[in-house]
Amino acid sequence: MTEEIIIAGFGGQGVLSMGKILAYSGIMQDQEVSWMPSYGPEMRGGTANVTVILSDDRISSPILTHFDTAIILNQQSMDKFEKSVKPGGLLIYDPNGITRHPERKDINIYKVEASKEAAAMGFRKIFNMIVLGGYLKVKPLVKMENVIKGLKKSLPERYHHLIPDNEKAITRGMEIVEAVHTV
Amino acid sequence: MGKELRLMKGNEAFAEAVIRAGADGYFGYPITPQSEVMEYLMAEKPHERTGMVVLQAESEVASINMLYGGAACGKKVLTSSSSPGISLMQEGISYLAGSELPCLIMDAMRGGPGLGTIQPGQADYFQLTKGGGHGDYNLIVIAPSSVQEMYDYVEISFDLAFKYRNPVVVLTDGAIGQMMEKVYIGDQKPRLTEEEIREKYPWATLGKTPDRERNIITSLDLDPYRQERHNLHLQKKFKEIEENEVRYEELNCEDADFIIVAYGTSARISQKAMDIGREKGLKIGIFRPITLWPFPKKEIRALSEKVKGILTVEMSAGQMVEDVRLHASEKIPVEHYGRMGGVIPTPNEIVEVIENLFVKG
Amino acid sequence: MSDTITKEQIFKPENIVYKKTDLMTDNVLSYCPGCGHGTTHRILMEVIDEMGLQSETIGIAPVGCSVLAYDFMNVDMQQAAHGRAPALATAIKRLLPNKTVFSYQGDGDLAAIGTAETIHACNRGENFTTIFINNGIYGMTGGQMAPTTLEGMKSSTSPYGREWHAMGHPLKMTELVARLPGTYYVTRQAVHTPAAVRKAKKAIRKAIELQQQKVGMTFVEVVSNCNSGWKMTPVNANKWMVENMFPFYPLGDIKVDGKLVKEV
Repeated sequence: MTEEIIIAGFGGQGVLSMGKILAYSGIMQDQEVSWMPSYGPEMRGGTANVTVILSDDRISSPILTHFDTAIILNQQSMDKFEKSVKPGGLLIYDPNGITRHPERKDINIYKVEASKEAAAMGFRKIFNMIVLGGYLKVKPLVKMENVIKGLKKSLPERYHHLIPDNEKAITRGMEIVEAVHTV
Repeated sequence: MGKELRLMKGNEAFAEAVIRAGADGYFGYPITPQSEVMEYLMAEKPHERTGMVVLQAESEVASINMLYGGAACGKKVLTSSSSPGISLMQEGISYLAGSELPCLIMDAMRGGPGLGTIQPGQADYFQLTKGGGHGDYNLIVIAPSSVQEMYDYVEISFDLAFKYRNPVVVLTDGAIGQMMEKVYIGDQKPRLTEEEIREKYPWATLGKTPDRERNIITSLDLDPYRQERHNLHLQKKFKEIEENEVRYEELNCEDADFIIVAYGTSARISQKAMDIGREKGLKIGIFRPITLWPFPKKEIRALSEKVKGILTVEMSAGQMVEDVRLHASEKIPVEHYGRMGGVIPTPNEIVEVIENLFVKG
Repeated sequence: MSDTITKEQIFKPENIVYKKTDLMTDNVLSYCPGCGHGTTHRILMEVIDEMGLQSETIGIAPVGCSVLAYDFMNVDMQQAAHGRAPALATAIKRLLPNKTVFSYQGDGDLAAIGTAETIHACNRGENFTTIFINNGIYGMTGGQMAPTTLEGMKSSTSPYGREWHAMGHPLKMTELVARLPGTYYVTRQAVHTPAAVRKAKKAIRKAIELQQQKVGMTFVEVVSNCNSGWKMTPVNANKWMVENMFPFYPLGDIKVDGKLVKEV
């Protein structure tokens, strides 16, 4: 099994940390992982994206142009990465702020109302965990227990008290994810 | 392989390896895309962990000369920088090579020339594998292509540096530096004591004791005949390195019709191209030089005699391709595919190039 | 005749009036007769010898006339790239904090090409001793203008005299570093008379002693002549130095115990 994922959105949305948690979760179940951020000036406030690969085998290129899954969190990223999803692949997005919804017919499209839900839950910082939950519902590649282990590894200890909130957010994401179009 | 498993950036793995290898001193100047090395070292307080010194110098020029001073004392010293900074260091590197001092220099290459871009590049190949500074000398140049190798080659590089009393370069780029992968971390090696250094490296300038003559570390000898003898001695050493220290990796070369020669990030991307190509029925293999100097000349020659074509993939206008052409059989085409200025070639582009050059052409 | 002694008598230890320190090698000095380098080498090595620090000392030679200082000083030494001696000394002292480390640099090396390294090593308060030979000229390369060349002074690259509009002002590096918080002892000396040599040696001793206490940078400038570069006889060069160099580069302590003792 190899899963090639792009997570893309604004800097500050927790794009990189979502990727990191996913990568850590992969490690917890003995997979090979890579986490390759876009870096450079775009880090400072602009768009941010990270390519995460989970695989049972040695990973070849950490830098890719086509993905099994695209997790898209803003319009720029939609414009850039919708076309990068492999036919039959998955596009998952938060419709908040999206003016042009995905149009492809040869891929599976799901939406997670994560921003809205995070605001409703009164805790905006867990936005990315709601998205992650949505993704894991559609593609249960990593077990919840490994995600929690991954969270413990990637969060500094002073934030460990927030892990239950993160877990709640992931669960919530799993509940609210909706299919828009499937093939 | 180490026991402890972590998810780390290439730059961080390199920095952690430095501490664990028992390095004595890091001297550096911030430059993207490798500033995490010094940031990580400063945050880790190596002074408390091992007594290692970490100093932010006033310039790359000062950094490399701090290495020159520290290395003369038999200390394990290193710096890290990126292309423009490495250019500034060339004078000092020449002094280190001329004075036969061991040290480790990491270059996270970026697109150039000039200030260029902070995105990855591989256009420092000529500069580092052909010497770089003034005079006849070579640097041992090692190109990791994974975060694990960023870790593993620190200790190997220090060992080579001290074995041959020569600077060693870990040549990488921002992609490997910024990328996170699994890393197995090894045990902490102790730093050498002054007594151990005196014993192992009697040339070190640690203070003249009554039992020996004073030690002098210099690259200067105004007598041309003595200077020539020194040069011949250096050349003999470089020959020895060429004979003994070549490292490389081959992937699917046994049945390959076409070979991609690539190192570092390009080698990783080429592996994907190989997978895509093989699905299409193109028998592609990868030859990955790990030491760029000494260059795997014989291995390239041998491979070139049994395949139909060689393509080098580099993030440059074509630098390593010259070395491949120099050693490959003239009976087969040796071509280059490169992207520059921080653009990374894609696996699909590479497959297309192979199809166009070797299959359709 | 009772007031003369034989050659055999001279060799007797009880008749020795002066003995070269073992820390100066037997190599013939490569400096011009009358140059201040030889004397400064000697007093520096005498101090190291008298303090019993030979086995603990590492010296840095620069690029310039004293590039071959390691031929004459019998301590472990390293030769630096032009201007970079403070960087080498910084690393050595950081990695071996209990050693005695000195850099020995000329004015072109310390005050032109190595200005950044000098300023930053001083500002960081590195615990080594800088010996700065200021003769207002590039001696080794044949008498070109140095950063310290006086206004109006002729050199091979200021053949009609240094004219500040075009060539800039002479740089008082010692006053400049004295203002930095990282310097602890900053002084300007000379070696043109026996009295001056004694004072300069005292200053070097003080600097090396302070280095043991790890108080920060200790910096000793020695104003010297360059009779070849100045195109004068040694005697005239010393006279010219007293009349022209000393008014602009006045001798004496500038900073003592971390406090300025002179307006700079």
